[in-house]
Amino acid sequence: MNTLQLCLAFSSVLFAVGLAGALARSNAILVLLGLELMLNAANLNFIAFWRFSPAPSAATGVIFVLFSISIAAAEAAVGLALVIAIYRRKRSIRLPDATHLKG
Amino acid sequence: MNAALAIIALVTVGSAAAAMLGRNLLRSILMLAVSWAGAAAFYLWAGAQFVAFAQVLVYLGAISMVALFAVLLTRQSRDEPAAAPAARRRGVLAVAAAAAVAAVLLWAVKKTPLPVAWRPVPSTTVRELGAQLMGRHGAALLVVGVLLTIALIGGVVLASDRAYEKPEDKP
Repeated sequence: MNTLQLCLAFSSVLFAVGLAGALARSNAILVLLGLELMLNAANLNFIAFWRFSPAPSAATGVIFVLFSISIAAAEAAVGLALVIAIYRRKRSIRLPDATHLKG
Repeated sequence: MNAALAIIALVTVGSAAAAMLGRNLLRSILMLAVSWAGAAAFYLWAGAQFVAFAQVLVYLGAISMVALFAVLLTRQSRDEPAAAPAARRRGVLAVAAAAAVAAVLLWAVKKTPLPVAWRPVPSTTVRELGAQLMGRHGAALLVVGVLLTIALIGGVVLASDRAYEKPEDKP
């Protein structure tokens, strides 16, 4: 494996860790942070391709990652506000307790 | 060069796994902060200083703080209760699914011919980045600004008390 493939393998493993956390944990905050971890792994890919692929333009990958980070920040803000709203209503942030919308 | 990458990868993935496995929520968030710092180290290693700076600012500074606040505001007991059997079964299934995803991704990465161009680190000064953001990507920058504004206002509305003051909503 060359360096680019090592970077991609690193981000794949990080993505899988985030996915496992998001699927396995019942705490809403940890699920949200698992999602953030997956987004972060995608950002690592952007930078790896920007750095090592044959002919990128000067700043494309960096700009991609900047936009991606700002979207992740917006997602975290809304997600944590939702967590607080669920807590207000249910006095719990465990996802198995939040079954309002389940038919 | 690859040794540094291996160390960064080990620290990042290890702390992320520790965060996802841990029972104590606060400790999990601190381990996640270590993991995000590892990602920032990767950006520095790859020569993207500005992205590393943004990563530290946004993830370490903002998101981990907001997550800590959410934990403190919604705190009930120190640790999560011991895993129920259903939760344990879901955990096993989740780890299996994640392992399958990782296996497919790693297989694809290994099989795809990815030529590496050994060129000098592309030099992107902050000045150039700013010029590109305000020039070529100006529209996208505006859209992201609007999105962030709406998301933050939405967050405030969702988390505020007033959302639940309707009398018929009272349990």
